[in-house]
Amino acid sequence: MTIEASLVPPVTERPSLFARVSGAVADTQVVMWRNLLGYVRIPEAAFFSSVQPVMFVLLFRYVFAGAIPVPHGSYTNYLIPGIFVQTVAFGAVQTSIGLAQDLHTGLIERFRALPMSRSAVLAGRTLADLVRNVVVAIIITGVGFAVGFRLQTNVLAFIGGIGVLLLFAYALSWGFALIGLSAPNAETAQVMSFPVLFPLTFASSAFVPVSTMPSWLRPFANNQPVSIVVDAVRALMDGGPTEQLLIKAVIWSVGILVVLAPFSVRRYRRAT
Amino acid sequence: MTDAIVVEGLTKTFGHEVRALDGVSFSVAAGTVFGLLGPNGSGKTTIVRILTTILHQDAGVARLLGYDVATYPDYVRTLFGLAGQYAAVDENLTGKENLFMVSRLNHLSRTQARDRATELLHQFQLFEARDRPLKTYSGGMRRRLDVAAALVARPKVLFLDEPTTGLDPQSRNGLWEVIEGLVEGGTTVLLTTQYLEEADRLANDIAVIDHGRVIASGTPQELKANLGATVLEIGLADASIAAKVIELLSTLGSHTPHLVGNSVEVTVDEGPTMAMTALRQLDDAGITPTAFTLREPSLDDVFLALTGRQTDEVSTEDVVTPAKGRGSKTR
Repeated sequence: MTIEASLVPPVTERPSLFARVSGAVADTQVVMWRNLLGYVRIPEAAFFSSVQPVMFVLLFRYVFAGAIPVPHGSYTNYLIPGIFVQTVAFGAVQTSIGLAQDLHTGLIERFRALPMSRSAVLAGRTLADLVRNVVVAIIITGVGFAVGFRLQTNVLAFIGGIGVLLLFAYALSWGFALIGLSAPNAETAQVMSFPVLFPLTFASSAFVPVSTMPSWLRPFANNQPVSIVVDAVRALMDGGPTEQLLIKAVIWSVGILVVLAPFSVRRYRRAT
Repeated sequence: MTDAIVVEGLTKTFGHEVRALDGVSFSVAAGTVFGLLGPNGSGKTTIVRILTTILHQDAGVARLLGYDVATYPDYVRTLFGLAGQYAAVDENLTGKENLFMVSRLNHLSRTQARDRATELLHQFQLFEARDRPLKTYSGGMRRRLDVAAALVARPKVLFLDEPTTGLDPQSRNGLWEVIEGLVEGGTTVLLTTQYLEEADRLANDIAVIDHGRVIASGTPQELKANLGATVLEIGLADASIAAKVIELLSTLGSHTPHLVGNSVEVTVDEGPTMAMTALRQLDDAGITPTAFTLREPSLDDVFLALTGRQTDEVSTEDVVTPAKGRGSKTR
């Protein structure tokens, strides 16, 4: 049997850039909507997003606070910026779990066979996580004030701090997307995430001053991204020199995004 | 062009070793149902994944409504609907939300998407359950929703990858009726299945796939004519008399009897007549079978007849859970 040449699709011109971008935006919105609905309806996700950070605030504020010396001011004021960053870092695991699940249940396969934008699945997922992080930030702000957190700077600086936090959270989502797309299932995605997460969040300035750590650990703890971002957010909320830290925090976040996002996209295109 | 699907010399190798497809060719006439029949891991799903642009072939040509799937994947994706082996729907969304999502991703407007979702929910008898999360749906309801989602854009070609695997007989029948309704509407359907009964009931033409090759093709009638319409299964108390029984039964028709476990099986054309002959011969030889069964041929029988061996699959039980099945299916 010999077969004839392929027909050529009626629309031979590539759609305009505008048409492609607006199509991708619409698809991304749909995927984001469905992910947000998922977060509202999965009790585990709601727990990790809201109850867990509250527990951490209470644990450190009332159990560990007395044992931790801080350079100046109150420990609560020291703690809350750390809690902000620790919570969004832990929350990034949700990105990897969600993607691993979608891959595993065959939903991503369905998406691939639809005439939709190739980038919408990852963009929709990470943007849904950004929205979730906004909600989380509001919860922590409320709980923080309730346990005695007092802003030492001004509202504008506080909003700037939340901005730095959300940028970092968004960058982390792309990084953890890579883990989710590489894991065989959701449970493994979670297990794979924690060895990355624990050293970054606990060997950092999030809960205790780095000066209390052994000398061999300090170089890492001082210069790793979580500490940098915590220090920047803390400077914006609790006062102190800000500019240098702010620049470094933004460079780290943008750097993570620029380096890891292409890997995630590539991994997504290949993942089956 | 009257062929909705044309596949020619399709080859695909995973990694270095596993040859999933080894030169598969077939064509499907527009408005007909084509059945790809084969055991687990025979390459059926790989064919579907290539035709639906999810996977790239190493060699060969695949055309959908005349359009090359590898050259024009974006366009081809607007032409077909796909319902996969594992209902690819979002557990946390309701039935209505799932259909709305897929409609929007097919670029229907909000209003169109809502209307289409409602229409499909009625058509698939899911309207009552429209506001329940998918978690609460039965297996049969999920598959129906999955097929509904594949039909959102009113595709001319529908791919159904093992649509009834893991379903109970009642849900299976329900889904068959749904598929038959679609075909009346003129949709071309490519269906993969492990069940001869399913291919027989739904397909106009069948290709039997084994180890990535087409080992037989034709209408269900042609395949069954080659095979024999009925299988006689004679259970033996003692395997040592099997040779004797096989010798006796080989005179029944043109097909060779096989020993399967503790039974001798032979396919025959005229079931009841041949059954009586067989019983008489066994009686004359003084052999009393422990069981005597007349049944429709199964995929196993097709394989036995075509290849002289049984299918490699252990059983159909290991394909029910998506967790295990998916991995073994794709690699």
